[in-house]
Amino acid sequence: MQYMLLIYSDPALEPAYGTPEFKEMMGGYFKLNEVMKADGTLRGGEGLQGVETATCVRLRQGKVETMDGPFATTKEHLGGYYIVDVPDLDAALKYAAMIPSVAYGTVEVRPLMDYNPNGN
Amino acid sequence: MTASDAIAVTRAVEAVLRQDRGRLLAALIARLRDFQLAEDALQEAAISALTHWGRSGMPASPQGWLLRVALRKAIDRLRSSQRDARKTADLSHLAVDEAAEDTADDIPDDRLRLIFTCCHPALDAKSRVALTLRSIAGLSTPEIARAFLDAEPTMGQRLSRAKAKIAAAGIPYAVPSPEDWPDRLQSVLAVIYLIYNAGYSMGPQAEASSHRDLCAEAIFLTRLLVQLRPDDPEIEGCLALLLLTQSRAPARHDAEGITIPLAEQDRRLWDRTAFDEGLALIHRAMDRRSPGPYQIKAAIAACHMADPGPDWPQIAALFTRLLDFEPTPVVRLNRAVAVAEAGDLSRALDEVSDLATTLSEYQPFHAARADLLARAGQGARARAAYDRAIALAPSAADAAFLIRRRDSQPI
Repeated sequence: MQYMLLIYSDPALEPAYGTPEFKEMMGGYFKLNEVMKADGTLRGGEGLQGVETATCVRLRQGKVETMDGPFATTKEHLGGYYIVDVPDLDAALKYAAMIPSVAYGTVEVRPLMDYNPNGN
Repeated sequence: MTASDAIAVTRAVEAVLRQDRGRLLAALIARLRDFQLAEDALQEAAISALTHWGRSGMPASPQGWLLRVALRKAIDRLRSSQRDARKTADLSHLAVDEAAEDTADDIPDDRLRLIFTCCHPALDAKSRVALTLRSIAGLSTPEIARAFLDAEPTMGQRLSRAKAKIAAAGIPYAVPSPEDWPDRLQSVLAVIYLIYNAGYSMGPQAEASSHRDLCAEAIFLTRLLVQLRPDDPEIEGCLALLLLTQSRAPARHDAEGITIPLAEQDRRLWDRTAFDEGLALIHRAMDRRSPGPYQIKAAIAACHMADPGPDWPQIAALFTRLLDFEPTPVVRLNRAVAVAEAGDLSRALDEVSDLATTLSEYQPFHAARADLLARAGQGARARAAYDRAIALAPSAADAAFLIRRRDSQPI
């Protein structure tokens, strides 16, 4: 099964760039990437730029509305994601717990939609 | 078939399912990998049994018969749903060996996997409790709804949502690996403890109603765990805790149904068989030298019941040890009470006042604080604390007990 691990955190609580904590966090991410690659489970993953760069779009009454800012105004923002291919939820939760951001944020684990469950 | 035959067959089917529903369901889920399909197929097989057993008599192994028929029903369902969807998956791995006459002993016992799936931390706590009672203990949805004061459709939806999540989220149907075992076992034991507590807090009113005895169900589940995974000290500790607590049940209420605190109970009413079994279990568990929260709680229960009276310094020490595993305000509150009983009332009151904010909505906090204030001779503050405890009391029996205490306070 494929799962997306969505990484949410409050930028104010993240370690600041250049501090030893920041280095440690990045080291944790590099290490996790290596583990996932060695396990052959990593299908993708990216980090996102901050929410100050976000723009929202919607179509209302046939008119495109464009707005500055993220979709939801919460303290914790989506900051990045991984997609892993593993046998079950427990395996996905293991990787989620290894994401350095769990120490100050939250990782949401969601199975990807399977559009072709029987593989035809 | 006469009416009395029909009743006899219905009773026989019910008896088999009461005893072996969990085992049959676990075996079906292991093969079908689909919770809902397994439940529906077992239900259909039970309905078939009513006709067939009435006509041809009871099969040699009713369990084997139900398992085979349920598997056949499930395969029929899968085939017809695949025809609709023009899909063809291989169902041969599900094939039923028609010649085999399974006996109950031949059915592999997959209940441990089922328990761990039902108690998976990815499900919310109430759903874990409901799913465990439904799947392993075999309670009906209306019985579970009544026990937790939910409307029946609400409980039905909760169970459906939980089963749907198990399938969609890929919650494994497996006994956890040794490295995950301790954490996941705590999740299972927490579910059992919640079930026991739900039965316990109903008090004597439950006996008078049509409620299933949840205390007995919790003990049944823990005994099952001991049987499925012998020699685990935390499972033994949990069973010891439940048995020791349960052994006091006959002494817990007076004739009017009002709660009698442990210190004032007539010890001759305690159930010696349950008490002795609990005590033997906790000794056996602690000899394994791998302490855990349930063993410590069972040891605390045993110290409470020591002859001729509770060993309070030992209880306070055990709560300190419990804080290593569960650093919670509730454990701190319990330790404070033990410290007071062991003779240090002022230290206990200090500890309790530190907890006032975090435990402001927790009924036992107000009851314990009221009691400590009363002992310290602070009557007015004690009465106010009793008022709060009475307002938050979980049962009429507890409220009546606290009202009696409050009204005995000097003004």
